Amino acid sequence: MAKRSDGRKATEMRPMIAKVGVIPNADGSALFAFGKTIAIAAVYGPRLLHPQHMQDPAGAVLRCNYDLLSFSVSDRKKPGPSRRSQEISKVTEWALSPAVDLSQFPNTVIDVQIYILQADAGTRTAGINAASLALAQAGIPMRDLVCSVALGKLDKELVVDLTKEEEDQHDGEGATDFAIAKIANSDEFTLLQLDGKIAPEQVNEVMVLAKKAAEQIYEVQKKALKEAVE
Amino acid sequence: MDNELEMAQGADETDTESEKKRKVVVPGEVIVTGEDYLPSDGARREGKNIVALRYGLAEESGRVVKVIPLFGAFVPRRGNVVIGRVTDITFYGWLIDIDSASSGFLPIEESPRFINKNEMDQFLAIGDVVAAKIWSVKQKGIDLSLKSNGLGKLEGGFIFRVIPSRIPRVIGREGSMISLIKEKTGCNITVGQNGWIWIKGESIDAQIKARQAIEFVADKVHLSGLTEKMEEWFSKS
Repeated sequence: MAKRSDGRKATEMRPMIAKVGVIPNADGSALFAFGKTIAIAAVYGPRLLHPQHMQDPAGAVLRCNYDLLSFSVSDRKKPGPSRRSQEISKVTEWALSPAVDLSQFPNTVIDVQIYILQADAGTRTAGINAASLALAQAGIPMRDLVCSVALGKLDKELVVDLTKEEEDQHDGEGATDFAIAKIANSDEFTLLQLDGKIAPEQVNEVMVLAKKAAEQIYEVQKKALKEAVE
Repeated sequence: MDNELEMAQGADETDTESEKKRKVVVPGEVIVTGEDYLPSDGARREGKNIVALRYGLAEESGRVVKVIPLFGAFVPRRGNVVIGRVTDITFYGWLIDIDSASSGFLPIEESPRFINKNEMDQFLAIGDVVAAKIWSVKQKGIDLSLKSNGLGKLEGGFIFRVIPSRIPRVIGREGSMISLIKEKTGCNITVGQNGWIWIKGESIDAQIKARQAIEFVADKVHLSGLTEKMEEWFSKS
């Protein structure tokens, strides 16, 4: 069994923190942290969408924006959109949209801003978890919450919730990063992104582990939402 | 099914407050299990379960289960009284920002008295605050009207905002809460369904008190028996 640098078991996740209502000016907001990875999300809207040609009379448009803040990584990240952040914004949108019901708000937009305060691998997954909480708090009708987690490999062994250090190791089969998002109370997966190599037989195993991890995330999210009302 | 729902809801009105069970639910959470229950606003049936569609307070009254949202933007409905601000004057009427996704339009014919088209700003100028009723909600926008009691330009006092989904608790059952606050502070209060509230009283202290009282209610929406708690709050301070 591969030894993890922080002493976790292969299927053990980093300590999670979830908080709702962290940004008073937003309609909904949340913070979600996996260990040292911290993401905040703010939801604005539904509000009128401009330019008009982007409007959808069938329902609101979900618009996500993911970005690393310049101080979140050890080498300063140049602020502003990049190829990477645009891609992650788009997959976040796709990961969240099956869970929300936007038909009540025609011709409007719901803006989701996701910022990473501190990055230690798994930022897109933390971002999706935070955004799902923020959407719920903004009162958007939702089928369910979305839970997201990244898996990877240390040589051949599957491990849950990698840190940056683990993600960068190149022993054996090399680095693998498998980001997954799932609708909480069903078996629908809304995000599958793989960097690196994995045996096709192992993918099933990944799904089982992701499902177990998602259950833990869901409990943390649920608790955060319920505590926000007291 | 629809008919059945209406009957069940009709029965609900005779229920007393104490029979209602409330709990906080998150989207996708199972509220109750059983074939007998009927999902209402904010809930849906999934097999045997009634599942929440949004984050809020689940309320079971008899067989009907609904979720009362605690947060969220204002969704305009016909008949709602709203408080807005004049943003533009056109040839046909006034454009009014009512703090929802689309802005409201108040046609000149809907003003309570005759207005000369050249002197529209003497009745309502840009920046004026007005209480109006939503007359229709269409694809292209929201039409407003002033032809009802208590509507019109709001002069003096001040306005502030609470979360729109909490307005029903601020008003209370048949207006019990808001009339209690009016009576105790002696202020004139107009509550807009869009979350904006206008207060005008004789003294600044009374106005501030009224605002604090309303914010107290809006903060404690998840508790039951709020009117009694409000009375207690007034006797303490």
